[in-house]
Amino acid sequence: MNSKLLYELPDTFDEDGTLIVGIPHSKDIGMRMHYAENGVAILSVPWAARLVGDPESGILHGGVVTALLDTACGAAVMARSKRPASTATLDLRIDYMRPARKGARILCRAECYRMTRSIAFTRATAYHDDNEDMVATASGAFMIDRQKS
Amino acid sequence: MNAATLELEKRRDDALKAILENVPYNRFLEVSVDRLGDELTARLPFRDEIVGNPFLPAIHGGVMGAFLEITAQVQLGWLQVSEHGAVNSEDNAAISGGAIPRIPKSIDISIDYLRSARPRETFARANVQKAGRRVVHLHVTAWQDQRERPVAMLRGNFLMPE
Repeated sequence: MNSKLLYELPDTFDEDGTLIVGIPHSKDIGMRMHYAENGVAILSVPWAARLVGDPESGILHGGVVTALLDTACGAAVMARSKRPASTATLDLRIDYMRPARKGARILCRAECYRMTRSIAFTRATAYHDDNEDMVATASGAFMIDRQKS
Repeated sequence: MNAATLELEKRRDDALKAILENVPYNRFLEVSVDRLGDELTARLPFRDEIVGNPFLPAIHGGVMGAFLEITAQVQLGWLQVSEHGAVNSEDNAAISGGAIPRIPKSIDISIDYLRSARPRETFARANVQKAGRRVVHLHVTAWQDQRERPVAMLRGNFLMPE
């Protein structure tokens, strides 16, 4: 994805003042951005019946977690002090620790810990509000375009 | 085709449909699956709601990852029912009677994004590399206009239900 959009698309706010991410698909699944500074981004996705991956247990589909991790990692790259002009996901590796609990939103904290001329390296953790239930961890590499100064 | 063959094919299609449509998220993304014999091809229709970058435009990387994961899960569901025999024997023991296999759990997946996915239909096929007793390792490839120019690939380990 191109994280430029996180900043350039018209974002809206929900009733408690949280930023609703303007990327069309992110918006479609109700993704929110809570923080994006110093190479760190915190985003979340609320639980919804239509996003369920296993009707027996009511847990969210792994694909929803993937979309959250991807977007959060991209946002962390864009939140570096030397902000790139755009990013594109090169690869993403995800370890699923446990299924996301029914009815609970999933939060994700992503960090861009190294940025070279053309590549940014990120890692992220998806969890529930109490933070003890780690849902998934991920690491991802992104292609970046430098800002022309 | 005689009546028994038609009935058998219908039962296989019903089983596949049940595996796919039992999951709300698969319906949300409007994923469908074509079957030729035992070869499955998953299809993701383009919609404005799956866009990640409207300036290119390109499909969201998360949706592409999700689509690859769905393709893997449907393949694994199919693996379970086709081994079960209900979809292979002439016996009318109905798979369509609600005997949907339990969904395998993703252990870990690795997705490579090779090209940006454009606003058009995407296809994917999964190849089981090793079917162990508990863990199945598979590769999934997604493409759009040309199969030899994949847009994304997935490698993953999945835990089969006991």
